[in-house]
Amino acid sequence: MRIIVQPDPFDMGAEATAFTATAKGAGAIVTFTGITRDNAAGDLQAMEIEHYPGMTERALNDMAHQAMTRWQLIDCLVIHRHGRLLPNDPIMMVATAARHRADAFAAAEFLMDYLKSRAPFWKREITASGTDWVAPRDEDEAALKRW
Amino acid sequence: MIDILYFAWVRERIGLPRERLETNAATVADLIAELSAHEDRYAAAFADLSALRVAVDQELSDFNAPLTGVREIAIFPPMTGG
Repeated sequence: MRIIVQPDPFDMGAEATAFTATAKGAGAIVTFTGITRDNAAGDLQAMEIEHYPGMTERALNDMAHQAMTRWQLIDCLVIHRHGRLLPNDPIMMVATAARHRADAFAAAEFLMDYLKSRAPFWKREITASGTDWVAPRDEDEAALKRW
Repeated sequence: MIDILYFAWVRERIGLPRERLETNAATVADLIAELSAHEDRYAAAFADLSALRVAVDQELSDFNAPLTGVREIAIFPPMTGG
């Protein structure tokens, strides 16, 4: 289990390769990478992500432990960036390893749903006309109910 | 003494990322009421409790959480990670 919270970019291919290399006995690796998306107007200059140092790591660790307990996982990885990101930059990544794909997919979805609404990160969009905090989406909160 | 941390637009409205206070408030809600009565910037930040979340000693909690023995609370908008 690895939890990484950092401002620096990461190489999702290299991370997936390294994760796979140590996941002994795995028959399935699921990876998800979240990318900085342009806004509806198409004028996003940057995204700034604020977080709560200390609580962020605790919350992510707790989510990863829950995932390891609820599904037959061999390993999991969570990487989340903070600070200033540009459009198309990878923001975060989740990887899960299991003997079979159902566990790997379900655990990855669980981790993503929890990351969206229960890890202390706040996104702010920076455009030519100013800055705006990203509003939470009702769908993201509703998604937690299935777990 | 208790440390209070603010994030995102709550931090911007209050104008501080954190402060240390002496309080006799029994719960998070009491502390919020005490601060709101004290200065307008707190009243503005805390006007709509449904738009706020709270962590007590770095665990998500609620406004009824008691402050006895608590070292750090944080008040912030709903999280938007991922």
